[in-house]
Amino acid sequence: MSNAAEAMPARAPSPASMIEMQAVHKWYGEFHVLKDINLVVGLGEKVVVCGPSGSGKSTMIRCINRLEEHQQGRIIVAGIELTSDLKHIEAIRREVGMVFQQFNLFPHLTVLENLTLAPIWVRKLPKKEAEETARYYLERVRIPEQADKYPGQLSGGQQQRVAIARSLCMKPEIMLFDEPTSALDPEMIKEVLDVMIELAQEGMTMVCVTHEMGFARTVGDMMVFMDRGEIVERAPPEEFFASPKSERTRLFLSQILAH
Amino acid sequence: MADIDIAQQIPLAAQRPPVISTGVLGWLRANLFNSVFNTILTALAVYLLVVTIPPLIRWAFIDAIWDAPNGQACRGAGACWAFIGEKFRFILFGRFPFTQQWRPLVAVVIFILLILVSCDRRLWGRGLTLLWPAGLVLVGILMWGGVFGLPYVGTEFWSGLPLTLILAVIGMVFAFPLAILLALGRRSQLPAVRVVCVGYIELVRGVPLITVLFMASVMLPLFLPPGITIDKLLRAQTAFILFAAAYLAEVIRGGLQAIPKGQIEAADALGLGYWRRTRLIVLPQALAMVIPPLVNNFISAFKNTALVLIIGLFDLLNTANTSLTDASWQGFAAEAYIFTAAIYFCFCFFMSRYSQMLERTFSQGRRR
Repeated sequence: MSNAAEAMPARAPSPASMIEMQAVHKWYGEFHVLKDINLVVGLGEKVVVCGPSGSGKSTMIRCINRLEEHQQGRIIVAGIELTSDLKHIEAIRREVGMVFQQFNLFPHLTVLENLTLAPIWVRKLPKKEAEETARYYLERVRIPEQADKYPGQLSGGQQQRVAIARSLCMKPEIMLFDEPTSALDPEMIKEVLDVMIELAQEGMTMVCVTHEMGFARTVGDMMVFMDRGEIVERAPPEEFFASPKSERTRLFLSQILAH
Repeated sequence: MADIDIAQQIPLAAQRPPVISTGVLGWLRANLFNSVFNTILTALAVYLLVVTIPPLIRWAFIDAIWDAPNGQACRGAGACWAFIGEKFRFILFGRFPFTQQWRPLVAVVIFILLILVSCDRRLWGRGLTLLWPAGLVLVGILMWGGVFGLPYVGTEFWSGLPLTLILAVIGMVFAFPLAILLALGRRSQLPAVRVVCVGYIELVRGVPLITVLFMASVMLPLFLPPGITIDKLLRAQTAFILFAAAYLAEVIRGGLQAIPKGQIEAADALGLGYWRRTRLIVLPQALAMVIPPLVNNFISAFKNTALVLIIGLFDLLNTANTSLTDASWQGFAAEAYIFTAAIYFCFCFFMSRYSQMLERTFSQGRRR
């Protein structure tokens, strides 16, 4: 990406498939929330996950960095298998960035401190270097002037861009987006999507849960449609939108594309 | 239609508020005489002030006797402040050897300096964690002596304000971290840790402090093998720490529960891990949220130190009590208690003001 990216120590060569989910099941009590999920995301691939609310798409994406625990099947992320071993979990979380619907910035820290916290405490970067990286990414998400403000003083769109920059400061291999624009006012959605599109064009491996179909068409390599805890259909965007095979997909698309 | 269009294009000029709603008159009208009931209350309050304040001022200042050779010469219509002049050293330092009383005085000054330095947020950090042990060691050397040519003074002679400050400050310094651990433990995923913490908190909260003090001073020696004794002050101090920690833990737990789940998920997603997440994300927000009840607890714990007089320690209140027994200065209880209360008030009022200042700093930039 730039000289800031070169500052990181070299890592082992990335495996071709960045995320592999094999026959993953999950239950909330008696409720079967994920049913036999199989998904492979290749290096640099952009997967867009959509589906009605309650279909398990957020749960699935949150299993990838162990915010949710799966009870059956295997998940391998960046070559590391997710088990209950804390070392594995922490190793995976270092390589996987996540952007939330509700931003989840740390309100007691300034924007700059939000960005440098994990690089300093997890990656053990010197403070000065972490700040340089942070300012670089703030520039990238086009809010360099907000570095010393608190999150509460920013608009929703600005907060979400800070959240994206915060994840990028950890130099992740994979970025997960969990409905990143759903909590935003309409006029702020575009500024966040623009940042995500740029990121996609630079070759980041991405899994996005979103209903922004324009975004999906622009950058998506693969569309995944989920309903009632299972993956109903997967296809490249052109095919997915033009000729959906399943009845449930057709119904869903007609509902979200109608207006 | 045309009129409406023109009106919409010209923005309304900002105007000053009506005069009646501002200024002294406006304030009086809005706050003291805004209804019949409030007018009656205002009149009643003014009447009570007129009846009580002038006699109090006459007693405390105008008729007061400031200088007298003994108790007999000090009897009059007003207060006898000469009594305080005679006894203040005893009230402040109690039974500490008279010629050595500069040592507890310096100890008190060290305590106050430590507290004042700790109040400055810019200085929070590693420096303070070194300064406090150093300060406490210095206080220990001054009070005990036995080194650097200072005569040894046993804890049974420690009394008055230094004793109160030792109990309160050391009590807080140890109770606070213990309380944080208890609060975290109560919310732990590990059942064993949770059960121990809940059991401890419920047990300690279920008994009065006086009982704990009695147990520490009367019952504990019964269980110890003969020949082994634990210092009485140490026992009281320990009881005090354990007691305060249980109450503080519940306050801190309230703050922990108020942290949105998203904060913890964001910290986890960044790979911070439990302890760094707790230290950097959860505790700063949780503690800032519970400053008012936290300081409330600190204040009541500070005043609770007065209960140690029950087991025969000479804290500030007990030395004041003892000063009243002097045969040549009889009957000046009001003066002694006002003096003691004023000292307590200074410390408690300071804590209260400081907490309000902290709340303001912490809420800066946080409003949405």
